[in-house]
Amino acid sequence: MIELRNVSKSYRTQHSTTHVLRNANCTVMPGEKVAILGRNGAGKSTMVRILSGAERPNSGEIIRNMSVSWPLAFGGAFQTSLTGIDNMRFICRIYDVDPAGKIDYVDDFSELGKYLREPVRTYSSGMRARLAFAISMVIDFDCFLIDEVISVGDARFHEKCHEELFVKRGDRAMVIVSHDATYVRDHCSKIGVLNEGELTMFDDFDAGYAYYHEVYA
Amino acid sequence: MQATSLYDAWKIQRRVIWALFLREILTRYGRHNIGLLWLFGEPMLFTVGVTLMWIAFGATHGSDLPITAFAVSGYSTVLIWRNMSSRCVAAIHPNSALLYHRNVKVLSIFISRMMVEAGGATLSMVLLTILFSYMEWMSPPENVLMVALGWSMLIWFSAALAIFLGSLSEFSELVERLWHPIAYFLLPVSGAGYLVDALPPEAQRIILILPLAHGTEMVREGFFGSKVVSHYDIGYMAEINLVLTFVALLLTSYVSRRVIPE
Repeated sequence: MIELRNVSKSYRTQHSTTHVLRNANCTVMPGEKVAILGRNGAGKSTMVRILSGAERPNSGEIIRNMSVSWPLAFGGAFQTSLTGIDNMRFICRIYDVDPAGKIDYVDDFSELGKYLREPVRTYSSGMRARLAFAISMVIDFDCFLIDEVISVGDARFHEKCHEELFVKRGDRAMVIVSHDATYVRDHCSKIGVLNEGELTMFDDFDAGYAYYHEVYA
Repeated sequence: MQATSLYDAWKIQRRVIWALFLREILTRYGRHNIGLLWLFGEPMLFTVGVTLMWIAFGATHGSDLPITAFAVSGYSTVLIWRNMSSRCVAAIHPNSALLYHRNVKVLSIFISRMMVEAGGATLSMVLLTILFSYMEWMSPPENVLMVALGWSMLIWFSAALAIFLGSLSEFSELVERLWHPIAYFLLPVSGAGYLVDALPPEAQRIILILPLAHGTEMVREGFFGSKVVSHYDIGYMAEINLVLTFVALLLTSYVSRRVIPE
């Protein structure tokens, strides 16, 4: 289970303090699919960072009894002067996974071919996203964190990601943070709406969906 | 996982720091040409360059010690504190994306970078000492344990200083701007270029306020013990190190709460 208890986060800007999250509460049970909806600037990215543990709240508590992934398909931590394989090895080492058995999988899934042994700096953004997604699948997590709609590569590759994530790992918990309500509707049973720092959780998707349209009308 | 024991946390951090260490080495030295050898090749070149320069100018630094031994024992110590600090100043922001991997902490980033520098400088000093001793440009250290002790004290001080400056540089980029000139001014007061004993008593007193010279003098004592009078107080240096370590760790934990990954 992951539980956020009265989590607040504010940032000091040049002239004032911005409260991005105020007393946010939410729980994610094993296997549960939770959507967090909000417009740009509603605090979605902060939510992702807090859930992933990349950032700590100003107050409140986070209880994690499940392993939580980094934001899926996130390639920001790539060292671009290193090859795709070296970046994969680095992440495997951090999560205590033997990289030797995973190279074939990443090679096969990312379809990068010989580029896997080239520096990531030579990749297109689509190639980076494919590598990042493939590496994300190498580490086993109880809960996957998904920041925005996964739109990696072409339709066929998109289909592959879908299969890998929602079918093969369908029993895992997922938190999908997005501004696209129709996308999360297909995947989530529980929904939270972020509006001006307030997080409102709904166990009933349709109620949450209606609320989302109400506040962002 | 919330409920990790201290031992588990230590095991995780050991793994994370090792991964960051390898990443850092690969990034900086790559797999091309001599690759990993640059780890100590770079500081070795520095020390050899300074040695040759001092020999060329006949810089005796107020002692009749062999210049080569003087340069190797002295200049190597500069590499430790200067490089370890420089690697940590302004290191958080460009690496902040790594924090999305939850077990990567600000402190793990600092430690891995310091390991690269301390490891390189140490290997360089040891190899040069062996090489020059073999070539009979200098005699081997009289007391290896003393060298190791002084060296360790210097690494401890440098680590505390580097973590302190690295954390401080998150507050203001002034730290990065000021660190380079400060490092430059620290050079003459670090005791690397002369024996403290060669200074007038008043100057000795001032130099020995800074802990750096104590470490350098200890290393010198280890190298030339019977030929020089060394001035150091290991207790004093340990006290300063302890206080600086404490302040540095407090500051890091404060910065860790503030840092916003990209």
